[in-house]
Amino acid sequence: MTQFLWKGIIRDKRRSLLPCIVVAIGVFFLVFLHGLIGGMENNMISMTANFETGHLKIMTRAYSENEEQKPLDLALLDIDLLLSDLKKEYPEVDWNPRVSFGGLLDIPDSTGETLAQGPVSGMAYNLLSAESHEAKRMGLEKALVSGRLIRRPMEVLISADFAERFKVQPEDTLTFFGSTMYGSMTFTNLSVAGIVRFGTAALDRGAIILDLQDARQLLDMENAASEVLGFLPQELYNDKQAESIKTAFNNQHNDSMDEYAPVMLQLADQNFMREMLDYTSSVTTIMIFLLILVLSIVLWNTGILGGIRRYNEFGVRLALGEEKKHIYRSLLTESFFIGIIGSCIGTLLGLCLSFYISKYGIDYGPMMENISMMIDPVIRSQITPAMYVIGFIPGVLSMLTGTALAGIGIYKRKTATLFKELEG
Amino acid sequence: MKKLVSVFLALLYILTANAQDPVKILDEVDKNLSADSRILDSKMIVYGKRNDRTMTAHSITMGDKKAFTEYLSPARDKGTKMLKLDKELWMYSPSTDRTIMISGHMLRQSLMGSDLSYEDMMEDRKLNELYKAVISGEETLDNRACYVMQLTAKVPDVAYYSMKLWVDKERLIPLRQELFGKSGQLLKHITLSDIKRIDNRWFPMKMNYKDVLKDGKGTDWIIQSIQFDQPIPKHVFSKASLKQ
Repeated sequence: MTQFLWKGIIRDKRRSLLPCIVVAIGVFFLVFLHGLIGGMENNMISMTANFETGHLKIMTRAYSENEEQKPLDLALLDIDLLLSDLKKEYPEVDWNPRVSFGGLLDIPDSTGETLAQGPVSGMAYNLLSAESHEAKRMGLEKALVSGRLIRRPMEVLISADFAERFKVQPEDTLTFFGSTMYGSMTFTNLSVAGIVRFGTAALDRGAIILDLQDARQLLDMENAASEVLGFLPQELYNDKQAESIKTAFNNQHNDSMDEYAPVMLQLADQNFMREMLDYTSSVTTIMIFLLILVLSIVLWNTGILGGIRRYNEFGVRLALGEEKKHIYRSLLTESFFIGIIGSCIGTLLGLCLSFYISKYGIDYGPMMENISMMIDPVIRSQITPAMYVIGFIPGVLSMLTGTALAGIGIYKRKTATLFKELEG
Repeated sequence: MKKLVSVFLALLYILTANAQDPVKILDEVDKNLSADSRILDSKMIVYGKRNDRTMTAHSITMGDKKAFTEYLSPARDKGTKMLKLDKELWMYSPSTDRTIMISGHMLRQSLMGSDLSYEDMMEDRKLNELYKAVISGEETLDNRACYVMQLTAKVPDVAYYSMKLWVDKERLIPLRQELFGKSGQLLKHITLSDIKRIDNRWFPMKMNYKDVLKDGKGTDWIIQSIQFDQPIPKHVFSKASLKQ
């Protein structure tokens, strides 16, 4: 029977070609969009995690309540002790102390007096330690427009827009001035090592990057840090793992009434990331549902057209004594095969395009010029094992649904009038 | 009858209050606070959330346009100098050997982490030149009878649009100031105490500045010694003096 149906599909192309194309197109879009949405989600998660939230973040309670102000005076103290405890308790996580600060960058003229000044938002990472992965994580090498990365103390990386606005070049010496953790005024001369462009307006406007030790010295933050960011193995965010570490850590420090006691947050707790993750998950589900619905309607109509074309064939089969339910079942089996073929073609095409976009990406940087979101302006598809199978569910299901609806007509045929119809 | 007495008393109060000329009172306040020149050593205690910080400084001012301050302690701030020349403020830091101009919105930032802004420190003009005053009532503050005065800016370039002043009736020196923004929001209050008689004037030797937008107990500015109307060489108020 299977062989008979299979031969029918292959030999009678009018029976299988159109439904097959419809299913393939639908599955292609589903697979491609799944990869693209996954890529966008991954892009946002990794940019947000790398620059702002980590997969886990530790701050003092007081700091976390005023986090948007980046209040240095509420920073974590005795960081060495905290880090050694964290490494002992959670060795699988890569813990990184960071300092965020603000101030002014003063550009001198040839006589050393103020030529121009601009506000900057400073970020300090552990860049000079051999064990640190921070430079790679932040993509500094890739973001470098001119000059080089920080190799020596008291060097700074300047954001491209700031450098352009104030005509700053690598090797220039600028003066940073701001406030220390304790409110004193602080001044230091910094040598521009390089100029970086991240492609994100929020960073390119006025960010400067320093080595952590330099920032600590500059801001009077010995053995202190604004926050400690934790990254899970392979830099992949795992919501459940992050939640279990967060709960265990916070349970240890829950009893303390000290407003400077450490508190841990996971990525999903910050920057509306929970909402974002839920939203993309909902979008994927809705997309699959809509695809099944639309394809079913199209394939229903295709099935009706096929049914009309094969009206005589069904009549003859019924006249020869074949049962209605047998014909109906054979139609469904035939649809199942067509669904599988269409899904295979759609998945293959969707994967090909996704592989291409995962390699070369889509650059939508020009559209992001005035947007302050933490997103890499080049979107790349994310290839996941789910993409190999996800298209088969709506592909086969819609084909079966369409045929099941169209095939109901078989049950409306009356044996008594069959011969009259056939004679006609 | 009771109503009549109440109306009479209210009228009497208003007439008595208005009998005082607010411009004259403010003029007397200015005479106490302003001088042709001042040389002072001061201590600033900043009460932070986690710890307190004390800074000492030596300052020289001439009229309301020129001022020079050198920070003497703590070690981290020692040698930092500030020079005010009319509306410009220059800072010198020995660690960078740079003279930096502070301008624009930076002037509204906190001075050395204190509750004072650079603008607060720079503003030395007479109250009568900047504000229109009315007497809104009388109150007792720290057992001293005070006029309560409402000041509203009459020039555009003031740090605070309006002010409420409690002026000691006898010594004509403010004991408390509330500083408001144009929106009417209270931004800071200053409590002036330890009033001393120096060279025929009353002067507050201790001022507590409290930025209401900041946590903590505010900042105490304590004058350790002060001399008025002393001759000051002109070269003090030059950018060259910052590097000396």
